[in-house]
Amino acid sequence: MSYVYADYEVKRDLSRCTLCGACVKQCFNGVHSLIDTENGKKLVSDESKCVNCHRCVSFCPSRAIKIVRSDLCFRKNDNWSDSVIKEIYKQAESGGVLLSSMGCPEKYPVYFDKILINASQVTNPSIDPLREPMETKVTLGKRNRDIRRGKNGHIICDSSPRLDLELPIMFSAMSYGSISYNAHKSLALAATKLGICYNTGEGGLNKDFFKYGKNTIVQVASGRFGVYKDYLEAGAAIEIKMGQGAKPGIGGHLPGAKITEDVSMTRMIPVGTDAISPAPHHDIYSIEDLKQLVYALKEATEYKKPIIVKVAAVHNIAAIASGIARSGADIIAIDGFRGGTGAAPTRIRDNVGIPVELALAAVDSRLREEGLRENVSLVVGGSIRSSADVVKAIALGADAVYIATSALIALGCHLCRNCQSGKCNWGIATQVPELVERLDPEKGSERLVNLLTAWDHEIKEFMGGMGINSIEALKGNRLMLRGVGLNEKELSILGIKHAGE
Amino acid sequence: MKKIDCKNLDFAALNSLIREEKEVELVNCTGQRFIGAGTENKRIKITGVPGNGLASFMSGGEITVFGNVQDQACDTMNDGKVVVHGMAGDAAGYAMRGGEIYIEGKAGYRTGIHMKEYGNKKPVIVIGETSGSFLGEYQAGGLIVVLNSQNSPKPVGFFCGTGMHGGKIVIRTETKPQNVSPKINVRVAGDDDLAEIEKYVGEFCKYFSKNKTEFMNSRFYVLTPDSKNPYKELYVQN
Amino acid sequence: MNTEGERGNRIPSGCAIAGVFSETGENISGAIITDAMRTMRERSNGLGGGFAGYGIYPQYKDYYAFHVFYADKEAKKACEDYLDEKFEIINLSKIPVRKNPRITDEPLIWRYFVMPDHNLLRDSQLDEREYVARRVIKINNEIKGAYVFSSGKNMGCFKGVGYPEDIGDYYRLEEYAGYGWTAHGRYPTNTPGWWGGAHPFSLLDLTVVHNGEISSYDANRRFIEMFGYKCTLLTDTEVITYALDFLVRKKGLTMSEAAAVIAAPFWTTIEHMPDERRVVCDYLRKEFPGLLMTGPFSILVGWNGGMMALNDRLKLRSMVTAKSGARTYFASEECAIRRMDENAGGLLAPRGGEPVIVTLKGEKSDPPITNLNCFAEGDIDL
Repeated sequence: MSYVYADYEVKRDLSRCTLCGACVKQCFNGVHSLIDTENGKKLVSDESKCVNCHRCVSFCPSRAIKIVRSDLCFRKNDNWSDSVIKEIYKQAESGGVLLSSMGCPEKYPVYFDKILINASQVTNPSIDPLREPMETKVTLGKRNRDIRRGKNGHIICDSSPRLDLELPIMFSAMSYGSISYNAHKSLALAATKLGICYNTGEGGLNKDFFKYGKNTIVQVASGRFGVYKDYLEAGAAIEIKMGQGAKPGIGGHLPGAKITEDVSMTRMIPVGTDAISPAPHHDIYSIEDLKQLVYALKEATEYKKPIIVKVAAVHNIAAIASGIARSGADIIAIDGFRGGTGAAPTRIRDNVGIPVELALAAVDSRLREEGLRENVSLVVGGSIRSSADVVKAIALGADAVYIATSALIALGCHLCRNCQSGKCNWGIATQVPELVERLDPEKGSERLVNLLTAWDHEIKEFMGGMGINSIEALKGNRLMLRGVGLNEKELSILGIKHAGE
Repeated sequence: MKKIDCKNLDFAALNSLIREEKEVELVNCTGQRFIGAGTENKRIKITGVPGNGLASFMSGGEITVFGNVQDQACDTMNDGKVVVHGMAGDAAGYAMRGGEIYIEGKAGYRTGIHMKEYGNKKPVIVIGETSGSFLGEYQAGGLIVVLNSQNSPKPVGFFCGTGMHGGKIVIRTETKPQNVSPKINVRVAGDDDLAEIEKYVGEFCKYFSKNKTEFMNSRFYVLTPDSKNPYKELYVQN
Repeated sequence: MNTEGERGNRIPSGCAIAGVFSETGENISGAIITDAMRTMRERSNGLGGGFAGYGIYPQYKDYYAFHVFYADKEAKKACEDYLDEKFEIINLSKIPVRKNPRITDEPLIWRYFVMPDHNLLRDSQLDEREYVARRVIKINNEIKGAYVFSSGKNMGCFKGVGYPEDIGDYYRLEEYAGYGWTAHGRYPTNTPGWWGGAHPFSLLDLTVVHNGEISSYDANRRFIEMFGYKCTLLTDTEVITYALDFLVRKKGLTMSEAAAVIAAPFWTTIEHMPDERRVVCDYLRKEFPGLLMTGPFSILVGWNGGMMALNDRLKLRSMVTAKSGARTYFASEECAIRRMDENAGGLLAPRGGEPVIVTLKGEKSDPPITNLNCFAEGDIDL
């Protein structure tokens, strides 16, 4: 017997329900079933299986279903919350490590929500982005080289390898395996249409997707899945994954059940074998070893690809980033503790790491103090939820942002946070063929393009309001930000003034 | 075969010279890193000490080293052969997916860590003497053979094969290896096992002029994982 | 002395600017430029005016001319001790002024002609100009109450709180003559009351007068502060001056290449440029994105042997130029040019991001040789 009660209730409006059975078909968790009774057919629900993903709600033709939070409660206790009690039951019943997915949902401060953006009045004109030129194109990589001239005095225009993006937004790493073929294809198609990049994650690159190479970042993680010469050469940039915001210091583990035939080909491991990524790279036990892997990859690709080093935002992030900026890496990606994941131990996800806003501000300031900021570009993610977050991140000092959860939501994710089960009814975080089919990559990519086109317009509106017509002039322009309800320490770390100052 | 004197060359300069050649002999090699990184079909002969990251991401060809190799040799090697007339540092063959490594002497810690196999790709590491601890950690495929030519009582250090979930480690030793994870099956090698390693032992003996029969007539222990899903029971959905 | 930037507050300003330059190096009296500023009185509000003259100290042309404001005698003592230690002082004097009822609260204003101490310069392993620049930045940051507002050879800045024509009268500019002058009248949105905040802003012989407010200010400031500069005044002019100094003196760009960084053409413009230009504009924009300046500005930049006028790339501020013989005139409004020379012709309103550069004949021309060449008319159009 389990002490854990269902979190949700399925409310079925019988006056609307036509017993069509669409809910039964849509729910792969098996919540709904159509049974025969003495009085004819009847729909029943096993609510213990419901994850509140809204698939049945969206597909009920007569809008007869809603899912509500169960009001069953424990005696009120501000220390022992319902979820803490339930988690103890689960562990007592199984002896297992609590496993969750997507980003930390707990009540920590969201600094983006305590920062406000400036606009011009009188001393400087605001600009109308619909009619005047407004540039959001960015280039990532090393900058500020010494100017060298040829014999005729002309500047020799050879720069370090770079990543050109039409928007300061990229899709961050999600492996094929953690998400479906169709989800990957949606991202690849959208990135190509938008002139940005998506990221393979640590799961290798499906043969079908090599053709999107110039809009692909290929990842090299500690498990080296699917990493070989053609893979390294296929992408526009190579990302070394040192850590992930959702689980800093933790490796990855894709259970054998998700290693289907196709995933196995992409990861280059046998079907059904667990894909384990060790916590560290076992060739990197110290900062100088990172330099070694950076240059190993540069040598292997003849210095043609920018190298990104992705790290989780942790306490000492400024010093870590400063070390990375001296390692030869071209780009640093910082993933905040709100970043998503296909599966992470709950306790790690909810208790390790720091907010990306503080990490970004600290890193940008430190790199400038040390004169290293032009050695690298900075990309931040975890979690960027809207164009306002993008503008704030760039004004704090980021060159570009990574989004993943927002992209998945655009594809239909309802943040039910059950990716680890592999039974995603929306066809995103699953390898079950009949579920994968539910996501149409053409439509999916269109939704992603819509989302980012809308964000781009919004970013331009913000910029126009500030009298800025190119994203370069927004980068690190912290005078354009003010804090509300932040204390002195927080303001000083963010490097911004309080509203009214 | 073109000869390059590595003296006074930094790794980037040396590797760009190597890129131009199909066959090349490097002399006076002193720590230049990433030799053969990402190469596909070169024959490289090295005298001296090549630096870290030798043959990283290598996809074919053959590298012979007359000397010791430093750390992280053959990182994510995909194919080809590396023959070391000497010792190897730590983490040789990390995440190696294909190809063969022959080390005449000792190998360092974490040799063959996260080695894996796929399709017809099956990586092999043959170690002449002994290895450091954590041999074959997280091993997911491929074959590691420790020949223990000096008959050491402790040929593989501690924690051999921790987290192993594929592949095979074969150790020439009279006594059962100690301190092995409970998730690993340990048994004396049978005929099939011996047949599997014979070809590679033969290659080893050819490279380093050793007596194959002597090796093959010894007792070997075989380590294999008891599951390809070792952590299935670890979690509870939350 | 209440310096700007002290409380971390930034004061935006509107402005009037004007300039004159003779390519043949003929002497032009400071009276002419003072008079020109009178016509644009509406653009200033009496809270700042200033001038830079080039070629005005021929008798000391090999020495750095430091013009220094002192809040009091203690500051003067501290600064002179420092100058004595780091430099050889050839000549020192008060800068001669004429009392003017509209100019009040003036600081002590002194002038020094100096050379770096030979031994210290050698030991510092710096080039002479870098040595001087660092000492000037140090005085301005560290000696309280002392502010070096001019530090080039054979040139000088004259500035203060007041309308520009009163400032010109106060400094007796009619007694100076040189081949180039720039001038500025300020309209700050606040009462700074500090003389150092007036334009021109200068470092070595590089001076900038500026009209407008750059919206990229903090991005530019935080970039330039990585390279040894310290923006203490929090004014746009200061950051523009440092940016140009960095690009030209430290990075070795020509003035027109530097213009292609701070007022970079739009990507769509770059895309349609002829190959060679496209490659270099793309290169410069991507190498130095931190120095792209957006928002309205028109600037007049002076240096030994040259002058450049530049508008922001959207041309949000006014600026006209005209020619008469060897002379080129620049001003926010045509009326100022007419006051200097009724018959000046070839009136031109430079396009956004299109630098107009004049240099002394026989000087190394700018650009000497560059893949940018000069911006041909029409190239920079949107």
